[in-house]
Amino acid sequence: MNAIVDRLREQVLAACGRRRLEIRGGGSKSWYGAPDPDAEPLEVGLLSGIIRYEPSELVLTAYGGTPLREVEALLARHGQWLPFSPPHFADSATIGGAVAAGLSGPTRWGHGALRDYVLGVRVLDGQGRVLRFGGEVMKNVAGYDVARLFAGSLGTLGVILEVSLKVLPLPPATLTLRFACSQDEAIERLNRWAGQPLPLSASVWWQGEMTLRLAGARAAVEAAAARLGGEVLPEAAAQRFWEEVREQRLPVWNLHEGEVLWRLALPPTTPAWADAEDALVEWGGGLRWLRRPVGDDSWFERARAVGGHAVRWRGARAGERVFAPRGAAERAIEERLKAAFDPDGVFARRLPLE
Amino acid sequence: MAETALHTPSPAVTREVFVAELRRLLPADGLIHEEAELRAYECDGLSAFRELPWAVALPRTEEEVVALLQTCHRLRVPVVPRGAGTGLSGGALPHPQGLVLSLARLNRILALDPFARTATVQPGVRNLAISEAAAPYGLYYAPDPSSQIACTLGGNVAENSGGVHCLKYGLTVHNVLRVRGYTAAGEPVVFGSLAPDAPGYDLLALAIGSEGMLAVVTEITVKLLPRPQTARCILAAFDSVRAAGEAVAAIIAEGIIPAGLEMMDQGATIAAEDFVHAGYPLEAAAVLLCESDGTPEEVEEEIARMGAVLERCGATEWRVSRDEEERLRFWAGRKAAFPAAGRVSPDYYCMDGTIPRKALGEMLEAIAEMEREYGLRCLNVFHAGDGNLHPLILFDANQPGEWERAEAFGADILELSVRLGGTVTGEHGVGVEKINQMCVQFSPVELEAFFQVKAAFDPAGILNPGKAIPTLHRCAEYGRMRVSRGKLPFAELPRF
Repeated sequence: MNAIVDRLREQVLAACGRRRLEIRGGGSKSWYGAPDPDAEPLEVGLLSGIIRYEPSELVLTAYGGTPLREVEALLARHGQWLPFSPPHFADSATIGGAVAAGLSGPTRWGHGALRDYVLGVRVLDGQGRVLRFGGEVMKNVAGYDVARLFAGSLGTLGVILEVSLKVLPLPPATLTLRFACSQDEAIERLNRWAGQPLPLSASVWWQGEMTLRLAGARAAVEAAAARLGGEVLPEAAAQRFWEEVREQRLPVWNLHEGEVLWRLALPPTTPAWADAEDALVEWGGGLRWLRRPVGDDSWFERARAVGGHAVRWRGARAGERVFAPRGAAERAIEERLKAAFDPDGVFARRLPLE
Repeated sequence: MAETALHTPSPAVTREVFVAELRRLLPADGLIHEEAELRAYECDGLSAFRELPWAVALPRTEEEVVALLQTCHRLRVPVVPRGAGTGLSGGALPHPQGLVLSLARLNRILALDPFARTATVQPGVRNLAISEAAAPYGLYYAPDPSSQIACTLGGNVAENSGGVHCLKYGLTVHNVLRVRGYTAAGEPVVFGSLAPDAPGYDLLALAIGSEGMLAVVTEITVKLLPRPQTARCILAAFDSVRAAGEAVAAIIAEGIIPAGLEMMDQGATIAAEDFVHAGYPLEAAAVLLCESDGTPEEVEEEIARMGAVLERCGATEWRVSRDEEERLRFWAGRKAAFPAAGRVSPDYYCMDGTIPRKALGEMLEAIAEMEREYGLRCLNVFHAGDGNLHPLILFDANQPGEWERAEAFGADILELSVRLGGTVTGEHGVGVEKINQMCVQFSPVELEAFFQVKAAFDPAGILNPGKAIPTLHRCAEYGRMRVSRGKLPFAELPRF
């Protein structure tokens, strides 16, 4: 592996000041963020393999290019999982790419986000420095939490050579319930239930149906199901459904010509918008998906006005804003962080600092 | 790189001029500058390090905080933010030519939204006060450092505080949604969001645990969780520390994440029992506390599963708390471990390394060896679930040389933590205390990167300078003093 790292370092240093590089693991999320048509790919897929995994330590360390499905299969064999259920979007998805994208799937509602599970990284930055931050233990406050900074940085700061993640035992029992209700009723109920000691795991509201996943101790799941009511989905159908949500295969995510798919992260209690009854609502109200015609830019402002933010998830045209703007002081800090790790701007700005 | 500027910003004024400037910004009762009164601020919970600041400011409003920051920034006067001063690593140790910015009077709970399960508080609000305010709604704030009756949320954010329940419920970084505050230059900033995520880099993650070096936080929004309906605790005894350590691994391997999983060695057990009469078995080499919380059905199921594991792992005895009173008594001993150490010894020095759980036996054997080497006793309490070890080194500061021996003993433990694949600090922070050991954990380029992160937030370097991240010069000096196991760290560096 050292030879691969050396080769990557040479490629980065050779490109410094000459061209921009786009870090590429499995290419499964190459549509996400702001593309840079002039950047050349920096392939990191060879950097693959599990480095350390001891189930009783609840930590897994892998090279960045390790296929996500390989990581998940290994964990499953030991009765463990990545509780943030990262979307794959293609079989080729890598663990480093998942961390760089910072995306979590449906169980983020009940079990936390990807960034919550990042314990450490080893990275190659734009100066060719190999740096290790964080580590392989649960509690670690030595130095700034730079490992978590890399989560969701979209390859703008450096190559994730290795990553250590906290992993957890699979919940002993799961159950999926379905209820007929309006979007507002779903938002109201899910927030109310989230304030009660219930084993909530994931939720989706779409087209008048609320689907709720429970996960936890068998006794807790059974007691909750008895209390909440609803129709029980057979386990096989439930698993298929949650995978379709994680991989965004339901029709709401099918983008038609002339449309933009908006991702709206909002305070979960935000009431449903009257003109957004067609939304798909995840994460107990905290995440909403909408398809709208190209040219309707109001969602950046509407999300901001309620304390959230919008992403033009798919369908952005060249030069269009993808992520919501930040404040002036925050932007200045982000620019200086980028400059600290990548002073020559060798890594493409898939996450624009604007 | 501008190492010198970051570490020793030299004020552009004299102390007298500075104090005169501050008087224009604050009412008389908001400013302390007389030596006798400054004494109260000369140290935090780590009293071995003391320093008198030029002045202490006690703002009551955000506007005063901004004015103070702008003034200090203009005059290049270092600012050391401070909460309740309960920190254990000297993070709030004053700068000898600086201002201590106490945020203790910004102590209001600004909003509590039971429907959204959030509380928005000022930094001077005490940790426990949030859970008390949320209790009528069946909610609470999960991180519970042992000092929670006194420590402030601002301090918790600065240190990324944990507690005894963080294996299941996370650290401060997992429970804070958003902070609002100011850069060293006094510009307003917001990190994080009330939505599930925020655009751009995760600046919230950098701010949390940054030991007051990146920004001054004036408002914190935390996540509130539903209070578990019930909790029960198992007290288990083992005739060897190794067996207790294996039981911890076996519980996790069984797929159980206990709400709390704590270990105490015999010395700590005896000291705690003598103090609070928790009912601990005194003949045991190690005691485990295993807590389960949730619905009554869930707890019953988990307690039975943990009991079976403990049995299998050779617990010499184990019993389950019969009622809430007994459960709290089990915990009282653990939570009183530090004061209990204070009763059996004139002074104690608390360490905070984290190691992979599997290395516990090796670490405790090494500590026993160090006790002989340094001629000092050590009590061991351990957040066993997450590998965070708190050895309490007993010493008498009035005996010449004992503090120096305790300090060297502690350094040995921390450096062994790094060699075992862990870290020098799990939850207490680096501060001034563990700054030398940072040279062992991080390479020169990593330390350089930390300084660049610091400069990204605070280019002038006035926020809590000299803490947490050692200069390469300091590491070289430390390396010269301490050749560890025949290996000189930073051998490639020029010696200054």
